[in-house]
Amino acid sequence: MAADDVHAVTSLRARPDAAMPAGPDDAGQFGRPARRREDLHHLLGRGRFTDDIVASGEDALHLTILRSPHAHARIRRIDVARAKAMPGVIEVLTGADLTQNVGPLRANWIWPRMPLPEHRALSEKVARYVGEGVALVVATDRYIAADALEAIDIDYEVLAAVTDPYRAAQAGASVVHPELDGASIRGNVLQHVPVRAGNYAAARRKADVIVTQRLRNQNLVPGAMEPRSVHASYDMTTDVVTIHLSSQAPHIMKRMLAQVLNVDEHRLRVIAPDVGGGFGAKLHLYPEDVLVTAMAFRLKRAVKWTSTRTEDFLSTNHGRDHVQEVEICATRDGTITGLKATIWGNLGAYVSGMGPGIPAVNCGMILTGVYRIPNLHVDTNLMLTNTSRVDTYRGAGRPEATYLIETMVDRVARRLGLDPVEVRRRNFIPPSAFPYTIASHAFCYDSGDYPKNLDKALEIVGYASQRAKQERLRKRGRYLGIGLATYTEFTGIGNGNLLAMFGFDYGGWEYGRVLVHPTGTVEIHTGSADQGQGHATSYVQIVCDVLEIPAGQCSVVEGDTGRVEFGLGTFNSRSMAVGGAALHEAARRLLAKAKRMAAHALGVTADDIVYAKGIFSVRREMSPFAQGSRVLRRGTRDLVGKVYRHLLGVQPVQVGAGRDKISWEEVARLAHFLTTYPNGLEPGLDERVFHRPKDFVFPFGTYAAVVEVDVETGDVDVRRLVAVDDCGRIINPLLARGQVHGGAAQGLGQALLEQSLYTDDGRPRAANWMGYAFPRALHMPYIEAEHTVTPTDRNALGVKGIGESGSICTPPAIVNAVLDALSPLGVTHLDMPLLPEQVLSAISTARRERSRSVDAIGSGAVAT
Amino acid sequence: MSEHAITVVVNGVRHQGRVPSRKLLVHYLRDDLRLTSVHVGCDSTQCGACTVHVDGHAVKSCTVLAVQADGSTLGTVEGVATDGVLHPLQQAFQDCHALQCGFCTPGMIMSSLDLLERYPDPSDAQVRAWLKGNFCRCTGYQHIIEAIRSVGHGSGSVPNEHAGTREGSAQARVCHGC
Ligand code: FES
Ligand code: FES
Repeated sequence: MAADDVHAVTSLRARPDAAMPAGPDDAGQFGRPARRREDLHHLLGRGRFTDDIVASGEDALHLTILRSPHAHARIRRIDVARAKAMPGVIEVLTGADLTQNVGPLRANWIWPRMPLPEHRALSEKVARYVGEGVALVVATDRYIAADALEAIDIDYEVLAAVTDPYRAAQAGASVVHPELDGASIRGNVLQHVPVRAGNYAAARRKADVIVTQRLRNQNLVPGAMEPRSVHASYDMTTDVVTIHLSSQAPHIMKRMLAQVLNVDEHRLRVIAPDVGGGFGAKLHLYPEDVLVTAMAFRLKRAVKWTSTRTEDFLSTNHGRDHVQEVEICATRDGTITGLKATIWGNLGAYVSGMGPGIPAVNCGMILTGVYRIPNLHVDTNLMLTNTSRVDTYRGAGRPEATYLIETMVDRVARRLGLDPVEVRRRNFIPPSAFPYTIASHAFCYDSGDYPKNLDKALEIVGYASQRAKQERLRKRGRYLGIGLATYTEFTGIGNGNLLAMFGFDYGGWEYGRVLVHPTGTVEIHTGSADQGQGHATSYVQIVCDVLEIPAGQCSVVEGDTGRVEFGLGTFNSRSMAVGGAALHEAARRLLAKAKRMAAHALGVTADDIVYAKGIFSVRREMSPFAQGSRVLRRGTRDLVGKVYRHLLGVQPVQVGAGRDKISWEEVARLAHFLTTYPNGLEPGLDERVFHRPKDFVFPFGTYAAVVEVDVETGDVDVRRLVAVDDCGRIINPLLARGQVHGGAAQGLGQALLEQSLYTDDGRPRAANWMGYAFPRALHMPYIEAEHTVTPTDRNALGVKGIGESGSICTPPAIVNAVLDALSPLGVTHLDMPLLPEQVLSAISTARRERSRSVDAIGSGAVAT
Repeated sequence: MSEHAITVVVNGVRHQGRVPSRKLLVHYLRDDLRLTSVHVGCDSTQCGACTVHVDGHAVKSCTVLAVQADGSTLGTVEGVATDGVLHPLQQAFQDCHALQCGFCTPGMIMSSLDLLERYPDPSDAQVRAWLKGNFCRCTGYQHIIEAIRSVGHGSGSVPNEHAGTREGSAQARVCHGC
C-alpha cells in the first residue's frame, strides 16, 4: 500500500491521560459528559430485565405460543386434548376460547375513515403471517411448556400469500383481508394518502433533466438484544395485576390493556424495568402482552412469556419495507424544481400502533428533506401483506424519506455533471428562511443552518483531498467513493392537535414531576423512560442545572405506572425535548416556590432572595423600602413571639429569624413543617407538569462516508464515517455520541448487511441471526462524531433530539459513496443491502451494457 | 427425563444440585442459582449475551448443558468486582460509556476478560475480531473497544499512527470519554 493510500482508521487506543468526565456526584450540569448513573447495576450483574423478575413471591408459570408455520392458512381443526393432559400443563387455549373476554388489539394511529382489520391476540380461523399465534400453553416449566406445543394437533389449509408491498398492490395478488376487500378498501391497499403542492406537471414540462428511479427500502429486523418479555402477577389483596413488560411506553400499554381486556385501569400496573433496547419495536401492544395479562387474571398466578430470538424475528414488528418510485425534476444549474413519488409501504398482516403514520406522515410528508422543492406529487399506499406487522424502527419513516431524497439528489448531480456538494448547497433551505413551512404543509421547521453543518462535515472528512485521492487511485484501478447525505427529521412529537387530525391518539405531551423530600433529597419522575439511552443521567443534569444541588442528591423514578402516574413514553427522540422540557419547567416552578418559602422564613419578599448552590440568601442591595418592611416584619414577629411566650408559654417556629441565609435542606423541611405559609402557598415542594410542546423540533446533520469498493470481490470497505449532527444544545456529549454510534451501526447494517427476505410462499428466509447479518464489531469503521449547535426556541432547553440520526443518515451516505466509487464503471443503482454479490453483478451488468452500447455506436446504430 | 447430580463452584461458592439432562447451563445459572446477569439473547449461539467463564475461559452458556459443567469452576459478572470495588474493566466500561441498555454488558465483560487474559494489550483489530461472538445493538461497539483497550497492559504506549493527521485528531477528540 502506498503511503497516500486511504487506510482504515482503527488503531488509536483510549488515552488514559485524557480528561476524566465528571463523576455522578459532580455531574449536575447541562452540557457536561457526565458518566451514567445507570451503569453500575449492569456492570455488577444486578440489572433487572423482565425475564429476571420474580414477583409475588412465586415462580411464574411459563406461557408459550403455538405459531403458524404458514404465511396464510385457514385453520381447519385444532385439538389440544393431548397437550392439556401432559403433566405440568396448567392451561391450553385457542383463539376461540378467548373471543369472549379478550378484545381485538387496537392501533394508535388510525387514519380518518381508515378501516382496521381485526387483530386478535390468537387467531381463531385464519393465520396471516408466519409466527402468528394460534394457541397458547401455560405450564409449570419452560421445557414442559415447549413440549406441550408439540402435542397440539392442528390442521391447516394453506392459502396463497403475498409479502411484498408493491406486489400486494398489483391485480391478481392474493388478498390478506378479504373481509375488507371491496367493502371498505380495494385489494390490499388499506389507505391511499396523496400529498400535492405547487404544480408538478408544469415543473416537469420546464425541467432540463428528469431523473427516475425505483428504490427499495428493505424490510429490517430492529433486533433489540433483549428479546420481548412480559411477566404478569396477580395480587390477591388488591385485586391488581402487575405487568412487567419490556416496553418503551408502559402508560400507553396500561391504557390499551385495560381496553382490550375490559378491566378498570386501576387494576393494572405496568412496570418497564430495565429494558434491553427498544428502537421502536417495543413501543406497541403485542398479542403476548395481552395473553400473559389475561392468564394472570384468569389463573390468579404469576405468568410469563419470554420470546426466543426466533420468535422475536417472527413476531416482533419489523421496520422500513418500502418500494418507492421516484421522479425528480431539475434545471441545468442543479436547482430541483419538483418531486414525484409513489410509495408502497408495508404494514404487515395487521395494523400495529403507529404503523399507518410511518409511511404516510413520517415519510410521505417530509420527502423534501433539507431542500426547497416547491412542486410535489406524492402518493403513499399503506399495504397489507402476509408479514409480521411493520411499524416504528429507529427513525421510522425519516430513514425512508432521507434515503429517497438524498440518493436522488446525488443522481441529479451525476446526471448534470455537478458536484453533489454544490447541488445540495443550491437547494438547501437557507438559514434566513426559518421558521420554514415545507411544501407538504405538514411541518414548519424551527431552525437550521445546513451550509454550516455541511461545511463542517466536508472539513472533517477532508473533501477536497479525498477527491484528489480518488483521482489518483482510479488511475491505478482502485475505486474510492465519497458519499454525502444531509438530513433533517422531526422529533419531540409535538402539537397534539395536528397529529390528532391525522388520527394519532397519543396526544403530544409528556409528564414530569420534581418533588423534594422533607430532608432535601429530590425525586424526579418522568413518563418518558429509558431503554439504554441514559435518560436518568440526562434528566438529573437538566434538573440539577436549575436547582443547583449535587446530582447525588437526586433520584429518578421511571417506567412504573404505579409510581409515575402519567406518561406517553420514549419514541421519536422526544425524551429530552418534551420529557426534559417538562422536568425543566417543574424544577423551575419548584425553585420559585422554594424561594418564596425561604423569603418567608427570612422575612423578605421572594424578589429579595438570591439562590445559588443550595443557599437562599437575602439580596445585599435591597431597596430602602424592602429593608424597612423587613425590619417591620421582624419586629412584628418578635412581638407575636413574645406574646405567645408570655400568654401560652410556647415558642413559634422561626427558623430564619434574624438570619440572612437559609439552606436548601432547611427550606425543604420548612416546606413541610411551617406553621404558617406565605400568602396562600400550599405546603410541600412538589411540582407536576404536563408539558405540551408548541411544535416539533427539527434536528439535522450531514454524514460523509468514504468507501473503497473491491471490484474483484464486490466487497465494500467503509474507511471513514463522519457524522456531524445538529441536535440543538447538547445535554451530555458523551451520551449524545453513544446515540450517534449506535444509530450509525444500525444504519450501516441497513446499507451493507441486513435484510429480511421472504420466500414466494411467504416464509421468512431468516428466522434468527443465522440468516440475518447483524453488524458486529468487525463490520464497524471508526465513527467520527461531531456537532454543530443551532438551538431551537420551541423548548426552554433549546434541545432537539439525537436518537435517530445515525440510522437515518448513514444508509444514504454509504450508498452514495459506493455509487460514487462505481460511477466510472457505469453503475448507477444498487439496492440495499450492498452485498458483495449484488455489487459484483451490478458491475458486470454495467460493463456488459457499456460494451454493448460501444458496439452499437461502432456499428452505426444510435444508442438510446 | 433423567436427572443428574452436579457440583459446580460459581463465583467461589460451591453448589450441589440435581438437573434434568436437557437443562442448559444458562437456565441452571438463571433459574436455579438466580444469577440473572447471564442473559439469553438468541437461540443460535451467536450473540454472546450468555457468556460466562468455565474454568477460566469464556463460554456461551446457552450452548452447554448443565450436566457438562459438572465439576467445573464457573464465573459470572456477579463475581468480577471484589469487595465492592469495580474491576478496572468494569470501571472502564462506565468511563467510556461502553454500555447503553446493559443487556449485552455482562457477556461483553466476561468475554473481554478472557481476551485480556490471552492478549494483555490487544490491538483494535484483535478486539474487533474477538468480539465477533458478542453482539451489541446499542453502542456501535466503538466505546466498548475503547474501554477494553484502555485497560490493556501498557496502555498509552502504543504509538498513534494517525497522530497529527485529520484522522488522528478526530479520533483523539472523540475519545474524551475514556
Ligand atoms: S444466548 Fe448464548 S449466544 Fe446468544
Ligand atoms: S448496550 Fe444494549 S445491546 Fe449492548
